[in-house]
Amino acid sequence: MPAVDAFWGKLSWAAIPIDSPLPIMASLVVAAAIVGVLAWVAIKGLFPYLWREWITSVDHKRVGVMYVVLALVMLLRGFADAVMMRTQQAMAFNAPGYLPPAHYDQIFSSHGTIMIFFVAMPFVIGLMNFVVPLQIGARDVAFPTLNSVSFWLTATGALLVNISLFVGEFARTGWIVYPPLSELAYSPGVGVDYYLWSLQIAGVGTLLTGVNFVTTILKSRAPGMDLMRMPMFCWTALASSLLIVAAFPVLTATLAMLILDRYLGFHFFTNEAGGNVMMFMNLIWAWGHPEVYILILPAFGIFSEVIATFSSKGLFGYRSMVVATMAICVLSFSVWLHHFFTMGAGANVNAVFGILSTIIAVPTGVKVFNWLFTIYGGRVRYTVPVLWSIGFMITFVIGGMTGVLLALPPVDFVLHNSLFLVAHFHNVIIGGVVFGLFAGYTYWFPKAFGFRLHEGLGKAAFWFWTAGFYLAFMPLYVLGFLGMTRRMQQYDVPAWHPWLIAAAAGAALIAVGVGFQVAQLYYSIRHRESLRDASGDPWNGRTLEWSTSSPPPSYNFAVPPAVTALDAFWADKQAALAHATEPPTPDYVALELPRNSATGVTCAFFASLMGFALIWHIWWLAALGVVGAFVTFVIFAWRDHAEVELSADEVARRDLPDRAARLRATAPRLVS
Amino acid sequence: MPVDCLNTLRGAWTCREGLLDPQGPVSATEVSILVDASAIMLAIVVPTILATCVFAWWFRASNARAKYRPKFTYSGRIELVVWSIPLMVILLLGGVSWIGSHQLDPATPLESAIAPLEIEVVSLDWKWLFLYPDQGIASVNRLVVPAGTPIHFKLTSASVLSSFFVPQLGSMIYTMNGMTTQLNLLADGPGEFRGLSSHFNGDGFYGMHFILSAVSPAQFAAWVAQTREAGPVLDAAAYRILSRQSLDVAPFTYRAAQAGLFRDIVLQTLPPGPGPASTRLAGLSPHRGGDDAGR
Repeated sequence: MPAVDAFWGKLSWAAIPIDSPLPIMASLVVAAAIVGVLAWVAIKGLFPYLWREWITSVDHKRVGVMYVVLALVMLLRGFADAVMMRTQQAMAFNAPGYLPPAHYDQIFSSHGTIMIFFVAMPFVIGLMNFVVPLQIGARDVAFPTLNSVSFWLTATGALLVNISLFVGEFARTGWIVYPPLSELAYSPGVGVDYYLWSLQIAGVGTLLTGVNFVTTILKSRAPGMDLMRMPMFCWTALASSLLIVAAFPVLTATLAMLILDRYLGFHFFTNEAGGNVMMFMNLIWAWGHPEVYILILPAFGIFSEVIATFSSKGLFGYRSMVVATMAICVLSFSVWLHHFFTMGAGANVNAVFGILSTIIAVPTGVKVFNWLFTIYGGRVRYTVPVLWSIGFMITFVIGGMTGVLLALPPVDFVLHNSLFLVAHFHNVIIGGVVFGLFAGYTYWFPKAFGFRLHEGLGKAAFWFWTAGFYLAFMPLYVLGFLGMTRRMQQYDVPAWHPWLIAAAAGAALIAVGVGFQVAQLYYSIRHRESLRDASGDPWNGRTLEWSTSSPPPSYNFAVPPAVTALDAFWADKQAALAHATEPPTPDYVALELPRNSATGVTCAFFASLMGFALIWHIWWLAALGVVGAFVTFVIFAWRDHAEVELSADEVARRDLPDRAARLRATAPRLVS
Repeated sequence: MPVDCLNTLRGAWTCREGLLDPQGPVSATEVSILVDASAIMLAIVVPTILATCVFAWWFRASNARAKYRPKFTYSGRIELVVWSIPLMVILLLGGVSWIGSHQLDPATPLESAIAPLEIEVVSLDWKWLFLYPDQGIASVNRLVVPAGTPIHFKLTSASVLSSFFVPQLGSMIYTMNGMTTQLNLLADGPGEFRGLSSHFNGDGFYGMHFILSAVSPAQFAAWVAQTREAGPVLDAAAYRILSRQSLDVAPFTYRAAQAGLFRDIVLQTLPPGPGPASTRLAGLSPHRGGDDAGR
């Protein structure tokens, strides 16, 4: 144990892993990329623009885009981890491979942590941010500055995880840090502390997002938008936000107990002095299982929007879908024990939780059938989002089936912790959440930036991802039957080897898919003029976000839309068609917009200092971070002017050209 | 047999491993539940996948023959069917779940005319200790049992969580310090079966496997007698050394084990394994091959 310095805490030059070339190389690449981007920003003189328009922005659309950018960047990091694991296991038959256990264990731990907390979560929350206020006809979220704070705290968590690459180490315990392995006695390094403080800080951001979106959806809807007229995505965002509000405090409390164990010698989960690891299992999964529904429900919402829009049809069985969504929301809290059927609970307990877990398949099955009947009688346009959706429907039912198998306790007794389990949750998370997020990304991209993503490159990405997914994960199901357990750094079983080579080939195909996505983004930005959409409604959409211009003005809607039906914009378009009239010019009134605020980024700066200092036991710096963040809030609370007013004339001056452009672009459709 | 697969490359494709080759009543029943439940669900899943492909293809925008029905967004009858199909499947599987959970509860003794053999299992960083309380012997990383005789395991952990699993015999069970879990298994016939920790437990995890040798009752008796002849004694002092972290420990046996050792570990009369601190303070890295494992 290195000596603890009064000024530097546990931090010393020994924290830099000079002796292992891989993390050093990776950090150098990351550092070079960051320096490159900063240099480019500086040379182009973009910093004032970025500060004014993005970093201090409290506009939900900007915050949403920043969340998605964070998720995409972290996706590259998490995917690099995945490639390293697959190549290691392909090589490590009767051989040590190229990653020693201490390094391999960090990689699967950071892969899981990053993919769940810093890819899937920010991606989901980013799309919710961008889309929900537009779909409910609101000007912004209920608490815009809080929203910016949420984002920057999430970014802080991501930053800390990435610092662990270069300074110290990451957890070697798996992405759920099961004690007692994660206790000080068995993990004396800083790895678990990096995990704990990243998640605590990001978790506060997520909880605030949950509060923000429950409030926004319940209180900020446009006139006439009853709950039962809300687009399906808003329902799923509401369910997801309710789950966040209910589940994330449990995570925070659980991790806080582990922190107390590690920092102050408490005994919540230690072996000695009455600590109880079963309490950790129950608490962490009381958060952990709702968490997967926090991710998948908004993805279900995206598929509902995409399938309905591109089938040119309303969503089949809307009320059923609402009931199914809320049923999943409630049921998700009653199944946590299926994560530890094999820890010796009695037969009655296992059976009850097994049955409750399988019951979730009912509302989920209903959803699949309802999407099927949405397609039935529709006119399906095969755009990229539709490909992701159909790929999802086929892939997800397989994942659902293997999930029900694992929910049967006697089956779980032989498949728990096996690669069958790994295959199952990647099947539902990639085939469900990730496909959904990619569908949403392609679907709403033109709304966010005013031009579409290139179709051909998007389709190529889809086919490589899907083929790669099947090649990478179907062998893992087989490996589960062959008795292979997860997290093996090396092995000596010949029967496993060929399947692991196949899985590595699958990862390579996915890498090609990722390459096409990078190319698609680059190509689309370079050729944005030819992909421009002036109408604001490139897909012949049904919901309100398509009724404003692309990208939408900061105030979203010059006048609040009046909602008269489900699929409000579609209804308006049908009415305009029927009467062959253009909608009348609205009466503009003055409106108020939230002022930009540096509260979020300042607060995150201090939170980063605090987190880093706590990890390394640099107490004075931790105190500075806490005080700094608190002072930031006090200064924010003291401000007198929270909003800026746009006069009616100003609104009219800005909106009339937008409106004219949209009408020009949509006129052919109205006439035809 | 896994042993045959170890030496041939062709064996990788032909040899049967794990659940595909169940060798006891527990694994056989679990695999049959797995197969039956899969069949029941595939009866729904395959038609759903086919329907998705057919609907999506037929209702493509360019197909002029497909009827466009933009108002078809509700049908009470379809809703009823859509809710009933998964509900009925789950009712059926719920029954399977209830019966299976009770029938295959790991703590429930297996029905057999033969009295079960008692074995106590301790997971250590990173090796398995098997105590035979009635025989007074102990073995590390090799478990010898008589075939056809039910085995009653009592399990605990000396340090972090692990999970005891012999895929060909069925049910895994976690080991936890300060707690005891139970498991009942039976090997139908003689054979060598791979066993492992199915829960990640630290840097030495990859090497934490063992061989379960099921032998005839006569061979088992001979093995016990032979084990009593030679080897070290497992007392509290030897256990403390054994509980230190070590990697890839080659199997060995103790000719005698102190009575009540398992109970002392569970009650923490013998303290939990020391973790990496012990080796670090002594300036040692965890030993490969377990040369400090008390032999």
